[in-house]
Amino acid sequence: MRTRLRIKPQHLSLVATAAVFLLLYGAAALRYPGFASWFQTTELIATNAPLGLAAIGMTFVILSGGIDLSVGAIIALSSILLAKCLVEWNLPVPLAIPTVLVGGILFGTASGVVIRWFRLPPFLVTLAAMFLARGIALVLTEEKRLSIAGHATFDPLVDFLLFDFNLPALIFVVGIVVAIGVARYTRFGRNVYAIGGSEQSALLMGLPVGRTTVMIYALSGLCAAGGGILYAIGSQSGDASVAQLLELDAIAAVVIGGTLLSGGVGSMGGTLLGVLILGVITVVPVYEGDLNSWWTKIAIGGLLLVFIVLQRLLQRQRH
Amino acid sequence: MTNRATSTNSPLLELRGITKRFPGVLALDGVDFTLRAGEVHALLGENGAGKSTLIKVLTGVYRRDTGSMQLGGLEIDPQNPAQAEQLGISTVYQEVNLIRELSVAENISIGRQPRRYGLIDWQACRLRAQEALAPLELSIDVTQPLRTYSIAVQQMVAIARALDQQAKVLVLDEPTSSLDTAEVEQLFRVMRQLRKDGMGIVFVSHFLDQVYAISDRLTVLRGGNLVGEYGAESLPRLELISKMIGKEVAQVADMENRHAATQAAGPHPVVLQAQGLNRRGAVEDMDLKIHSGEVVGLAGLLGSGRTETARLLFGIDQPDSGTIEVDGKFVRKHGPRTAIRNRIALAPEDRKEAGIIPNLSVRENIVLALQGRRGWLRRIKRAEQQLLADRFIRALNIATPNSEKPAGQLSGGNQQKVILARWLAMQPKILILDEPTRGIDVGAKAEIENLVTELCADGMALLFISSELAEVCRDSHRIVVLRDRRKIAELTGEEIQLERIMHIIADEQPTEEAEDRTDA
Repeated sequence: MRTRLRIKPQHLSLVATAAVFLLLYGAAALRYPGFASWFQTTELIATNAPLGLAAIGMTFVILSGGIDLSVGAIIALSSILLAKCLVEWNLPVPLAIPTVLVGGILFGTASGVVIRWFRLPPFLVTLAAMFLARGIALVLTEEKRLSIAGHATFDPLVDFLLFDFNLPALIFVVGIVVAIGVARYTRFGRNVYAIGGSEQSALLMGLPVGRTTVMIYALSGLCAAGGGILYAIGSQSGDASVAQLLELDAIAAVVIGGTLLSGGVGSMGGTLLGVLILGVITVVPVYEGDLNSWWTKIAIGGLLLVFIVLQRLLQRQRH
Repeated sequence: MTNRATSTNSPLLELRGITKRFPGVLALDGVDFTLRAGEVHALLGENGAGKSTLIKVLTGVYRRDTGSMQLGGLEIDPQNPAQAEQLGISTVYQEVNLIRELSVAENISIGRQPRRYGLIDWQACRLRAQEALAPLELSIDVTQPLRTYSIAVQQMVAIARALDQQAKVLVLDEPTSSLDTAEVEQLFRVMRQLRKDGMGIVFVSHFLDQVYAISDRLTVLRGGNLVGEYGAESLPRLELISKMIGKEVAQVADMENRHAATQAAGPHPVVLQAQGLNRRGAVEDMDLKIHSGEVVGLAGLLGSGRTETARLLFGIDQPDSGTIEVDGKFVRKHGPRTAIRNRIALAPEDRKEAGIIPNLSVRENIVLALQGRRGWLRRIKRAEQQLLADRFIRALNIATPNSEKPAGQLSGGNQQKVILARWLAMQPKILILDEPTRGIDVGAKAEIENLVTELCADGMALLFISSELAEVCRDSHRIVVLRDRRKIAELTGEEIQLERIMHIIADEQPTEEAEDRTDA
């Protein structure tokens, strides 16, 4: 069998993801008038910005062969921390936002340090971090939603628009561009791939495995905290019960984007496509009107299954 | 000789009185090691002699307890592999420690990638990789993932990485284990070139022929102690072996020259017969007959179809065409389970991946296959397990304090014996041994070879696969020579001569004679 279009084998999985996205997006654009409009497109990006930011961090984690289950809880905690800072402690925005981001970094760093020092599985450590973050969020709010509406220095962020991109959409777009650069053009990014490929080899090649591992989880914490801020901007509130199970959506987006859960192989561009695919599937029931939104779960489950089987088949072909 | 002249230089690397203790073991006891610039220095010893420990101390994987290390006259104390590399000590390991999924170029430069404005300059990275590969006479597409190349090329890439790091000392730890003859020759060419350029090379290998072919000097360790340092030319092979295993030269000579009893296998019944076995990419038209009480050796280079034949006979792979008969009965639906029921056993090549279960005890590892055949409902009684385990530990001389030690903690040779014991416990009629002596020390090797001879004297049929031709020659009654996935000759009795087989494999003689014999 010969194909005119030569696709390198290592790009096949990314091409498959892109094809699925184009197919879904194209079908939705044809079926629902206005779906492909500029406004709806920016809206699609904005709605999925918190998930998208978390997925960026998750991509680095998974590329290194790890997993981070705490991102959803950190998003919730961060949205509350921001609300507290602004409303109760009267901090100005330029101080409140860095505080929240540093909080996310510290949380992620703590996970990374525990994983590295005690050689514990990331699954367990971040599971504990997830309960901790969610618990702290609930304690801080006593399960009440904290409104940030009408805050003098916060409102401009909510109202910000650039070519119809609101702040969350813009930050997600900038974030993904920066992340593509970090993954491809920095030593940190390449070390992440190397550690995921073989931690033992990375160590023997003299790469800073310990430092990089801690940095990966710190970065994931930072991304999740950023996601929490974006959530707060989008909803003008802090809420301890938000982003439940969002970590699983992020993992799904990363895997659908072609990153191997075993680490070492994958791309940030794929993660962008994965997030958008999830975004499109999620809004379809809204456009259909009478379609129950539970169907999105079935669609995501089916798609995920197809992709992991596809990846395995591609891997087998290499041998 | 030119290399003699250069190796009289002052020492490049000097280790003095290195001691390293692990819980319960004194792995190195005051060992000295001196490496000069422009020499290949072989580090020799049995498993457990302390070679790996010494190398790991040198490369910063372990910290020494006492002793001093000097590189170019300066005291060094590498804390980790990264520091050792910065000092100019690079290591290429047997199981190529690079990242398979990353490109060749990236594997050479990762950690030290050229940067512009803080970002990696991929163009410069590729150029540098090509430069580093040039002295190795290797021109490959450096943008391709490393995994797309053979182990031999991957090793060259690892050496290129060392060159790119301006290494002064290059440690090659069992680099030839996975290479065929031509690839070994290529590696040696590179080593000679590097030696001429003044690099100090530490060469660790189990293959004594190779050691003598390339080394200028030898350092022998035994049981964590330094036995001595010798010029390669002044230490005959037999003496070297005796120093390595601590036995007298006469004993060693006996071992080296032992030849399998060449009794004719005529009157014994055929237990296994394969006819016209074909499998795409594995073997073509393979005919094979094994009698009871016979050792049949498969000789040939890596990739000639040795392991592939073993896999077909044991039913791991299915032939595209051809038949297999056991005791004169055709086997349908061949698979490992049928094979085991027919009392065929296979001790696979890669004991770490396909054999030993490291966390189970020696006893549990030994009874595993037997229990498998009986089915999990009929558990072998603990007392019976104990009896079996003790019997084989004694019979095979497995070095373990007791039967409950996790098998993963034994040395390579003893792990291999545990796998052997596992299959012997099933009292097989046919035993396939794929590289039973790979990577194990000379003493254990001799014991396993002895065992092979004994087993067949007891009426077991053996198919013996080894890349060490001398070994195959010593132990086999009949040798089937493979080349390019085909059987090209079959030799028995007096015809079995190392030289002759090498000629056949190298295709230096017309093989008509051999073809005739195959047809007969």
